[in-house]
Amino acid sequence: MSTQVPEEQDQEQPESVEQEAETAVEEEPASHGDRRRAERDAKRQQSVSGAPAEIEGDTFQLKVFRYDPEVEGKMEPRFDDFAIPREKGMTVLDALIYARDRYDTTLTFRHSCRQAVCGSDALFINGRQRLGCQTQISDLEGPVRVEPLPHQDVVKDLVVDMEHFYDQMHAVEPFFQPEEESDGDLEEYRQTRENREKIKMSTRCIWCGACMSSCNVAAGDNQYLGPAAINKAYRFAMDKREGENMKEHRLNVMDQEHGVWRCQTQFSCTNVCPKDIPLTEHIQELKREAVKQNLKFW
Amino acid sequence: MHEHDVLVIGGGGAGLRAAIAAHEEGADVAIVTKLHPVRSHTGAAEGGINAALREGDDWELHAYDTMKGSDYLGDAPAIETLAQDSPEETIQLENWGMPFSREDDGRVSQRPFGGLSFARTTYAGAETGHHMLHTMYEQVVKRGIQVYDEWYVSNLAVTDHDDPADRECHGVVAYDIKTGAVEGFKARNGVILATGGTGQVYDHTTNAVANTGDGAAMAYRAGVPLEDMEFVQFHPTTLPSTGVLISEGVRGEGGILYNAEGERFMFEYGYANNAGELASRDVVSRAELTEVNEGRGVNDEYVYLDMRHLGEERITDRLENILHLARDFEGVDGLEEPMPVKPGQHYEMGGIETDENGETLIDGLYAAGECACVSVHGSNRLGGNALPELIVFGARAGRHAAGADLGEAEITKGKTPEIEQEDGLDTPVEPGAVGASDEDAVADGGAAVVEPDETVRTAVERERTRIEELMEKDDGIQHAELREDLQKSMTANVNVFRNEEGLKQALEDIREVREAYQDVYVNDPSRTFNTDLIHTIETRNLIDLAEAITLGALARDEFRGAHWRQAHQERKDDEWLKHTMLSWNDGSPELWYKPVILEGEAKTYEPKERSY
Ligand SMILES: Cc1cc2nc3c(=O)[nH]c(=O)nc-3n(C[C@H](O)[C@H](O)[C@H](O)COP(=O)(O)OP(=O)(O)OC[C@H]3O[C@@H](n4cnc5c(N)ncnc54)[C@H](O)[C@@H]3O)c2cc1C
Ligand code: SF4
Ligand code: FES
Repeated sequence: MSTQVPEEQDQEQPESVEQEAETAVEEEPASHGDRRRAERDAKRQQSVSGAPAEIEGDTFQLKVFRYDPEVEGKMEPRFDDFAIPREKGMTVLDALIYARDRYDTTLTFRHSCRQAVCGSDALFINGRQRLGCQTQISDLEGPVRVEPLPHQDVVKDLVVDMEHFYDQMHAVEPFFQPEEESDGDLEEYRQTRENREKIKMSTRCIWCGACMSSCNVAAGDNQYLGPAAINKAYRFAMDKREGENMKEHRLNVMDQEHGVWRCQTQFSCTNVCPKDIPLTEHIQELKREAVKQNLKFW
Repeated sequence: MHEHDVLVIGGGGAGLRAAIAAHEEGADVAIVTKLHPVRSHTGAAEGGINAALREGDDWELHAYDTMKGSDYLGDAPAIETLAQDSPEETIQLENWGMPFSREDDGRVSQRPFGGLSFARTTYAGAETGHHMLHTMYEQVVKRGIQVYDEWYVSNLAVTDHDDPADRECHGVVAYDIKTGAVEGFKARNGVILATGGTGQVYDHTTNAVANTGDGAAMAYRAGVPLEDMEFVQFHPTTLPSTGVLISEGVRGEGGILYNAEGERFMFEYGYANNAGELASRDVVSRAELTEVNEGRGVNDEYVYLDMRHLGEERITDRLENILHLARDFEGVDGLEEPMPVKPGQHYEMGGIETDENGETLIDGLYAAGECACVSVHGSNRLGGNALPELIVFGARAGRHAAGADLGEAEITKGKTPEIEQEDGLDTPVEPGAVGASDEDAVADGGAAVVEPDETVRTAVERERTRIEELMEKDDGIQHAELREDLQKSMTANVNVFRNEEGLKQALEDIREVREAYQDVYVNDPSRTFNTDLIHTIETRNLIDLAEAITLGALARDEFRGAHWRQAHQERKDDEWLKHTMLSWNDGSPELWYKPVILEGEAKTYEPKERSY
């Protein structure tokens, strides 16, 4: 196979994973567009390979899960390898963007904020759920292996179907239902500092789905509300302004078959949550509250 | 074809607020958004929401501060509306359960912010935007408002009338990212664009990757003028490798800026002998870049922001979030080393021309939020004024689109008898469309298509053809390279520092990218989640907006707010108390001006020297 690599590109581009025979420029392609296209084709051929990377210089190997239900050759899941030049401060998301923009524009993943607030790039990185944008390459051992979140249907490459996650979030009445109506007129529902502190961590959830994906129980029981949804319920149940009746209602929702009691306190959700929300603790607390509530009526 | 009374495009702060308002007004409303709502960039806002809530403060003070902050380029009716409606809208969020920080008496906390004469920035920790976004999304869920998420709106369905002022918007065309289906959405009452900022025009920005200015570009091509696009806010402390924002709070707590020589340059070189690191955003940004340009930058690129001297206790107490950001996004331990920072694009003050009711020049088309320019920020936005803009003008647009009577707007739209045409602007290249083809224009003129259903169907057909063409081509140039060329040139030439030569260079570069774009193709053949295709369509929007920013900047030969010109270092009120307007005009941008409205409800704002 002969690839065209224009000379001036050689230094700038990362070493290929599987070096083709030294390539020479046969002729300078005519237009700007042609030249770039040739460079890209060459790069793409260099970079994607099933063989393990020979890492040279300050380059690391990125192994990425690939799958597309529609495209021949991608219907069978596989891993592609990309050689990525290491840079100070580089994150896994940066590496994925590099691989996509320089090597293979069909590489597909969700991302947007690059600052751990939008929750769209939760991925399975070196065997653990993490946000791509929040994970420094320098903290990982090579090769860096990136897969879609486990226990969710894969739509394409690293993109998973989030519908089930959203459904569970919606199932817990995720909205404030205060005891009394505000009289309008610029009047706040006053809240003590302590009560705000109490719910503060639970309000930090960015709906990334990492916790749900890490949970064995959720994997086995599709109806289990899961840590994120229970945490959402916690946020309201613990807000004193919702009043006792509402709290009772919320605890009843949590107390059902696929609610809090499913949790086996494995702490996997707490361990992976990128926002450091003490999920397991919140679930435990709701269990305790549910017990207390029942005792009241016995 | 999907059909609703009101269609809201975008699920960020402005879009969610608009949808809730339209729903409360009784409309059947749906949100169409390329990201799931909770992934919108409003979630990144840190600082807070300005609202005159307390004794000793009132809306008039807020309005005055805002007008002064805008460097007298804001319109008084818009600014006064912002200041009047913000308290109620902010408390509305509180009533919906937004977890604001609290005072001892249980009321919401407020803090001081730059350019404000009263501590009126209402906040929820350093994550105000996150809480605002989620709280409003919760209300959307509560009301059962339909959300089409991961649907990319690629064009508007607008009637074919010759004169943009006669056109009507009847819906949009959207692409289902998950399946690749292109479908029509008809709006019986109105379409509200709430598509957010345009940060991706630059290669270094605090904005999300999704902030590609789609709504502004679509409205512009449909015939709605863009207003004041040259005013782009740059934030002085962003992390070099990602553009992630390091809050002004660090300097507020006593953080110090050093150059590569270890000099405290804000004082050493006299950039701000009084305020030092706490001078306004534009002053600090210019100082940093001057250091870099004069060879005193670190790695020829950035400067250092040091907070180590504040001590671990104080840092973890008040700036914990910053430690995480520096660590996660730059690999730097803020307790052990100074943090590298440089200016980055942060906010687009300009946008789709609207009035106080959110209406645009085209009937049935509304805009709100960062994509719009009702003109509350003028040439410089005060921190904490964007979030109230979302809820105030989002709600108004929603209500109006749903049929509520908000009274006659004071801000005029489109060309009025007072307009001033700019001709004879010396540009190096003819700007605008290269070989403009039919699909560029939403309306072709001739009033062939005016009936609503037909308008939507025609728009869908055009869009299907365009996407088909992009997908079928298997040779050409790819968007990533074009985007990179565009972003690099904008950063090099239309940044904090601007001069005629650079602006002209940028126009030439934009033109080159525009030409190359004719040859663009989508490499990914898949209909499933084709981000290659989406980014390709977005890139086209970036080209049009980059041109709008640059043309406006070239024409405005004065120094006002965020817009600095090397050869024009003063504000020229005699000539320039006017808004820069840009009309698409079948692919050849036309520049004209609209006077600023300085007459408010009770008083007229007199331009004064802006000093803090
Ligand atoms: C880091 C940062 C910090 C900030 N801090 C503050 C602060 O403290 N106080 C303050 O007042 N302001 C702040 N701002 C500014 C403020 O946050 C933004 O101006 C504001 O959030 C923009 O909201 P929006 O609703 O207009 O757009 P966004 O929140 O960006 O939402 C845009 C929506 O449009 C959708 N969309 C876009 N294009 C399409 C399309 N083609 N089809 C379908 N949907 C589309 C997106 O999916 C998204 O849902 C900050 C900004 C940044 C970047
Ligand atoms: S609780 Fe944590 S891990 Fe789970 S969705 Fe929320 S942020 Fe993600
Ligand atoms: S890109 Fe938003 S959380 Fe990572």
